[in-house]
Amino acid sequence: MSQETEINESHGSETAERVFRRGEDSAILRLSESQVQSYTPDDDRRMVINMGPQHPSTHGVLRLSLEMEGETVLRSKPIIGYLHTGMEKTGEQLSFLQGPTNVTRMDYSSPLFGELAFSLATEKLLEIEIPERATWIRMLMCELNRISSHLLFQATNGMDIGAVGAMIYGWREREEVLRLFEKITGLRMNHNYIRPGGVAADLPDGWRDDTLRVLENLPDRLDDFDSLFTGQPIWHERLQGVGVINSAECLALGITGPLLRSTGYAWDLRKDMPYLRYEEVDFDVLVGSYGDCFDRFAIRLNEIRESIRIVHQILEKIPTGDYKIQDKKVTPPPRSRIDESMEALIHHFKIFTEGFKVPAGEVYVAVESPRGELGCYMVSDGGPKPYRMHIRGPSFTNLQVLPHMLQDCLVADAVAVISTVDPIMGEVDR
Amino acid sequence: MPDDTKTNEDNDGTIPSTMSHGQNVLHPNRENLLEVIKNLREEGFVVCIDITAVDYLENPKRDLPASVKPERFEIVINLLSHTKRERLRLRVQIPELEPTLPTLFDIYPGSEALEREVHDLFGITFEGHPDMTRILMPENWEGHPLRKDYDIGKIPVQFKEAPGS
Repeated sequence: MSQETEINESHGSETAERVFRRGEDSAILRLSESQVQSYTPDDDRRMVINMGPQHPSTHGVLRLSLEMEGETVLRSKPIIGYLHTGMEKTGEQLSFLQGPTNVTRMDYSSPLFGELAFSLATEKLLEIEIPERATWIRMLMCELNRISSHLLFQATNGMDIGAVGAMIYGWREREEVLRLFEKITGLRMNHNYIRPGGVAADLPDGWRDDTLRVLENLPDRLDDFDSLFTGQPIWHERLQGVGVINSAECLALGITGPLLRSTGYAWDLRKDMPYLRYEEVDFDVLVGSYGDCFDRFAIRLNEIRESIRIVHQILEKIPTGDYKIQDKKVTPPPRSRIDESMEALIHHFKIFTEGFKVPAGEVYVAVESPRGELGCYMVSDGGPKPYRMHIRGPSFTNLQVLPHMLQDCLVADAVAVISTVDPIMGEVDR
Repeated sequence: MPDDTKTNEDNDGTIPSTMSHGQNVLHPNRENLLEVIKNLREEGFVVCIDITAVDYLENPKRDLPASVKPERFEIVINLLSHTKRERLRLRVQIPELEPTLPTLFDIYPGSEALEREVHDLFGITFEGHPDMTRILMPENWEGHPLRKDYDIGKIPVQFKEAPGS
């Protein structure tokens, strides 16, 4: 009972349409653990092999069950859950103030976006407006985080494909950004910097010069990436025409982010449904034309350049003022006030012991993370903890594309495909 | 499917809707869900961004139109229209005793993993789903962790010198 799914909106590349089926002719190997053990394909040239979860090219603990015929992948299934730590359940036990500590650990290569989605959802329930400077600081941090996340992609992608040099270069540039993060937030990763009501602390002295120093060096280093990879024939051989997907298939599967844009479909939440102050900065949404591994590589590389452009504009436009809302029911009072005001002391005590109460209601807020749409669905029952906190992780949905991309490709290309989908397992499994 | 006597439908046949902090929410029932979603898809909501669920075991009060009868579970479906630049949320009430609803796989193939996650963590079954198995928890796991009656559990802290250790 195979059922066809029609797609009306067809943009981008012109490959033959994939049909998403439910039966045995699907690209997905829908077998459970025990079924795989006893599964004997009709054709004895076929076999089911296991890849991962501790394979170096599966980005953490992704495991794949591959049905192979020689070197060719027929059907496959990503098996996930090895990093499942029940973070959504944990989120229900933590107060709204503690929440960002939890969500920041989901997508550990772009932690600030999780914090941002969580904070925006909480603020929407509270119906508060945060100060202008806090908004711009959030934008600054997020764009820097996009740079560091895409640099990490360049590093791991190069390593997966066999260009080990890329790993060293990618890691080195990313370290520069992380050093800046450490100065601003106190931590290299898992910052807990963006919190409901604003950010944890104002930017430290000398942040502008430090940021400029990072931005100054980057363009030259990115040009190095171009000369090392973009024009290189071996790189083309490995990536071009591999793992092709088109826009209609992406929309059907709910794929967002660079994967969707690589098919020529210009959709970026920063541009199309702006949040923070993205409507006040000028940048381009980059799209590919073939939807293959090479396009996904090139889009991420060039998105770093766009982010650098955005950060330069933020440096010009960032206003002075408060870095968090001065609402004593939501954010703790300044340290100096605690010494002189009994009321401030009580508020401080209340916020850190009990947490602040959020009016009952439910909202969904989405931001454009380096991997696609990162959403937070939050339900509050009027208490100091979320009644339900759900994170829509882009990597989780994007992983669904793997069986379709892997079908009929060689197992060596499978490594390139997994790498350019760029899943972060912390976010997939939550 | 139980006979729900169409409590969710207003007299004029429109789907009850609410606004939540400026976001549009529709409240279809299980019977007309697929039809509603098919129509929405033709109207331009071509992407199913997210499917999740909420267990309202401890908190029966919630923002629902008068014609919708609250149940223990609620499925929350987030749709996105690129052409209208608009989001739409659908909240479907699912009774505790019969936690099933039809799958969206035939309309949005991308719902496959999302529905498996809801099935795994809430124990809600999507009828007609091609692979209704656990996705995050081990296959032989018992219980559904995100239900409110599922305990978070504790790991006792062990000290070397503690009596009885």
